[in-house]
Amino acid sequence: MATAMVEAAIFQGLSWNPLADLRELFAYPFMVNALEAGTIVAVMAGVTGWFMVLRRQTFAGHTLSVIAFPGAAAASLAGLPLAVGYFGFCGLGALALAGIAGSRRSLSAESAAIGSLQALALALGFLFVSLYHGVLNGLDSLLFGTFLGITGRQVTVLLAVAAAAVALVAIAARPLFFASVDGDVARARGVPVRALGFGFLLVLGLSVAETSQITGALLVFALLVTPAATAHQLTPRPGLGIALSVTLALAVTWLGLALAYFSIYPVGFYVTSLSFGLYLLVRVSRALASRRRTTGRLALEAA
Amino acid sequence: MFAHEFMRHALIAGSFVGLACGLVGYFVVLRAQVFAGDALSHVAFTGALAAAVLGLNILAGLFAATILGGIIMGILGDKARADDVTIGSLFAWTLGLGVLFLTIFTTQDSAGNGTAGVRVLFGSIFGLSTTDVRNAVVLAVLAGALLLAIARPLLFASLDTAVAAAQGVPVRALGLVFLALLGLVSAQATQAVGALLLLGLLAAPAGAAHRLTTRPYLGLALSALFSVGSIWIGLTLSYVFPTLPPSSMIIAAAVGVYVLALATTAARDPSAFWLRQANGNVA
Repeated sequence: MATAMVEAAIFQGLSWNPLADLRELFAYPFMVNALEAGTIVAVMAGVTGWFMVLRRQTFAGHTLSVIAFPGAAAASLAGLPLAVGYFGFCGLGALALAGIAGSRRSLSAESAAIGSLQALALALGFLFVSLYHGVLNGLDSLLFGTFLGITGRQVTVLLAVAAAAVALVAIAARPLFFASVDGDVARARGVPVRALGFGFLLVLGLSVAETSQITGALLVFALLVTPAATAHQLTPRPGLGIALSVTLALAVTWLGLALAYFSIYPVGFYVTSLSFGLYLLVRVSRALASRRRTTGRLALEAA
Repeated sequence: MFAHEFMRHALIAGSFVGLACGLVGYFVVLRAQVFAGDALSHVAFTGALAAAVLGLNILAGLFAATILGGIIMGILGDKARADDVTIGSLFAWTLGLGVLFLTIFTTQDSAGNGTAGVRVLFGSIFGLSTTDVRNAVVLAVLAGALLLAIARPLLFASLDTAVAAAQGVPVRALGLVFLALLGLVSAQATQAVGALLLLGLLAAPAGAAHRLTTRPYLGLALSALFSVGSIWIGLTLSYVFPTLPPSSMIIAAAVGVYVLALATTAARDPSAFWLRQANGNVA
């Protein structure tokens, strides 16, 4: 009995008053900062992720989100500020990925090249970490991040980077959409397909680098892929799809943060589980609907 | 170097793990499924941690998770060839689960076990016991034999799915078996080079083999050779310079071989290479 009461006091579980719970969420500055950071990341990831899924560059996106790790490790080994490592490595990574995608070899050669690049990045990261010794304790947070302890300054930086990334994507949205859907026709119409592809990877890489050093690479990747994939399942229309992708990303982030606040488990778990659950739900209901349609048509033909 | 027992263990286990990775990797690259390997390596991480949390055998958790993960990806994808969006969504979730287990594991045990996560992520090839080595050899031989047994129909199904299906090759079943096999090998390699780095052993030697030859059986042999060679080079480097971690050196060697293969094929026929680069804008 006594232990149960202590536990309740520590974990601050849900009360029976939802309004009071909601007010409690906003009572602490760290929680407000986390909610603001989460909102910014969700909007950015929702927009760039929709194009990433459209362009079938999920593997490249994951590689970029992984490259932040050797960047940080290299910077701490060389005694440079972490941001230099993040941006330097992500810029280089985007350059290499654009080179791989630009050479237009077969799908299998491309996937082998991206895989080798990613493995090399991780191997370098581990090498730097073991040469440096000191970072090892922070390895988990480097890879998985934490939403606690985000400062007001970091939120401002995050906002600036996300605004720049979303603005760049918005400016290039029409030609980028054209180039992604039908590269050959776009090229024939004079759209600079290669430059757009490189620019997109660079924006993706830099925004992933900046956000992952605050919220962790895992969460950024989860927010990039799953809400966008769900949106693509629901509608092929670009404007609606992007809006849907952003909405879903926001919803899972807020809900995930709230759930993490009222329990002992990490926010990454909730955000990824919620978004994957939604994705599965949409996939299954679509599969059922299409099966019903086919059987209906077959029955009609039989009759 | 051969006088130390840990070094002999590492070399024997590493050779067989490398062999299996090279053989499976050839088909992984051929079927453009490197991303699936990437996802399975993270599934391995989550599986091992889940087993650690539940107090089960870590090895059993590893194998169960990766084989199951391979089969799920096969079922979710079209024609047992998972597409990258499905893989990406599944594996973001797996990572989330991994973080959950990591949190439970580190809060449940006291500080002493904080390195367990790092060991799963980056491997511990110098810490293998005699039983580990025996298991590695048996499983690698098993996986290699199974793969060679289905090599012919799998090649057919990978190169031209529609024609193979029309000829009565069970394309879907083959794809599922292959992904399960990939899961088995991933779990095996996680012990040697770690969950995060096994991708390099799957992609780089096989990528080099594909660059050098289009003949399938020669490619398979080359891929296995490169993979085993990288493990030997990496282990030797790490033995000579003890500050360098073995898994990083193995991957560095594998990627080195891949870059060399790219360079030699480009040098062998420079005009064709630059033509293709230039044609990238037009073709």
